[in-house]
Amino acid sequence: MSSAIAWRRECGTFHTTYAADMALRPTPLARARIAIVIFAALAFGALAGRYELSIANQVGIAAVGALGLNVLVGFTGQISVAQGAFLGVGAYTSAYLTTRIGVPFWVALPAAGLVTAAVGGIFGIPSLRLKGLYLVIATLAAQVVIEWFMIHLVPVTGGSQGIFGIPAPALGPLVFDTERAYYFLTLAAVALAVLGCANLFRSRAGRAFIAIRDQDVAASVVGVDVFRYKITAFMVSSFIVGAAGALQAHHDLIVSPENFNLAVSIEYLGMVIIGGLGTVSGSLYGAAFIRLLPIALATVARSVPGIALNVNVLKEAAFGVAIIGFLILEPRGIAKVWRDIKDYFRLWPFKY
Amino acid sequence: MSPDLTLVLQLLIGGVAIGGVYALIALGFVLIYKATDVLNLAQGEMLLLGAYVSYGLIAQIGLPVPVAFLITLAFSIVLGITIERVALRPLIGEPAISVIMVTIGLAILLRSIVIGIWGTEYRVYPDVLPKESAQIGPLSVSLEFLWSFGIAMALVALFALAFRYTRVGIAMRAVADDQQAALSMGINVRFVFATSWVIAAIVSSIGGILLASIQGTGILLATLGLKALPVAIVGGLDSIIGAAVGGVIVGVLETLSAGYLDVPLGGGVRDVAPFVFLVLILLVKPYGLFGKERIERV
Repeated sequence: MSSAIAWRRECGTFHTTYAADMALRPTPLARARIAIVIFAALAFGALAGRYELSIANQVGIAAVGALGLNVLVGFTGQISVAQGAFLGVGAYTSAYLTTRIGVPFWVALPAAGLVTAAVGGIFGIPSLRLKGLYLVIATLAAQVVIEWFMIHLVPVTGGSQGIFGIPAPALGPLVFDTERAYYFLTLAAVALAVLGCANLFRSRAGRAFIAIRDQDVAASVVGVDVFRYKITAFMVSSFIVGAAGALQAHHDLIVSPENFNLAVSIEYLGMVIIGGLGTVSGSLYGAAFIRLLPIALATVARSVPGIALNVNVLKEAAFGVAIIGFLILEPRGIAKVWRDIKDYFRLWPFKY
Repeated sequence: MSPDLTLVLQLLIGGVAIGGVYALIALGFVLIYKATDVLNLAQGEMLLLGAYVSYGLIAQIGLPVPVAFLITLAFSIVLGITIERVALRPLIGEPAISVIMVTIGLAILLRSIVIGIWGTEYRVYPDVLPKESAQIGPLSVSLEFLWSFGIAMALVALFALAFRYTRVGIAMRAVADDQQAALSMGINVRFVFATSWVIAAIVSSIGGILLASIQGTGILLATLGLKALPVAIVGGLDSIIGAAVGGVIVGVLETLSAGYLDVPLGGGVRDVAPFVFLVLILLVKPYGLFGKERIERV
């Protein structure tokens, strides 16, 4: 294959086999790009300093959570404001299992996902009868009720103090107790979640999710079991979110209720919206944007002399403005912006 | 009268009084939802802003209460128009999640504006309503509760009547029923949208002033806007009567559960009980008690 062909872009659909049609990365350039991204991520883990790695860990954990939320909101069209609570269920489950029962992290992580999936499935049941705004309020109820349990079920959750002394994950002699070690764990989790989600939407269930999002009555007419797939979406989403919660618990080494309140739900919804609803890559962009925005703002505010503003207020205002701005100017988020850029170069120098 | 019964009655009266104010805030949700199909999650923050603006005018600038009240109302009108024009109009026709998120974005922005100007500390609101309490038999009822309940209910009734009999009210109902048909009958849909936001801003400002004078002015007032959500949903998102009934139900439920369940369950029940009740209601009647069922077509 000559280099001119190797670096071409896709310019229409010319697949001759089903395998080629189904490929996630259809062109050599796309495969090369993904290889570069993986290499860059690994190199970052090896070279970056502790502070940068801790930020990267926050971004990675948020990315897993945002992916989970996107399965529900972006792909199935079921709006949930219980994200914070579901993260909390995962985090508390894993924290409880590892500190009180002494289960290793590698068992507690999937267990956290499963418990959260069960809880998510239960709170997904109202979606049988409720749609749109009414469902939003039902998930708000889930958030409020679960938050109440976090604070008041003291024997399990430790009340408002939470659970501390959560052990760092260990694999034989390898202990993930530094930001650098944890970075590779987070990276693996992000990679797994991305692969899982990207493939989910090429499967029968994933297609059913999308059909339900686009028109649930029509979906049921063509034979999609709407209720079953709605619950499945809630459970799949909650599983991923719960795993993200467990990752967060073992990164912070402490869980407490204020890390899982309604503001967290809204933050994650912001990630999904800003990144791009119903796109796998958008969840990553959105998580990075929301996590990096306050850090960038704080850096700018520090470097500009004479700004006596309250930085926390500034961060909040910026978050609000970012959400409103994206919705008005680019409702399909960063993923769409990135695709537009790629599309521009695909046919360059021609207009179309 | 036995002490138990007195307690129940006392709790009931408190619940009904606070429920009246909830009903007023829920009215804001209902009006906007009915006319524009938008669930305005920034209602609590609009309430907060109204309360703080009136606080600033009365306590910090020292204007007399009626003047401050009128300026606050004027401010609410401008706020309502601005929000509708800048944030909501570009999103007409976008999916529900976008519209909800834009109101959440507004909520965050409005709250950070309030915190930026007034800070987060709790402030005592100037005495606008009488503070004494009246004695009815063995029960003592705070006059400010009675006043705020009266004002709230009068406003709800006023808007319900206006909705039914005035020209604008009829136009709003027509738009709520079918936007296209309303447009083709020559109704100015944009004007109706703007009007419903203005009314929502006004009622939430008044609700904010009432709540602030009962509980003082603090950032936590915004969470009361969140409490009006179960009210609107229990009553049915598109029913004004539902808002009034839902307000009283939720108010009573709150005080009763706080009075009886807080001690055995370890506190905080008053915040959870309305939501539990809400889910139960929704499972039986998915469109609330008085909401209109939507017939879906492909």
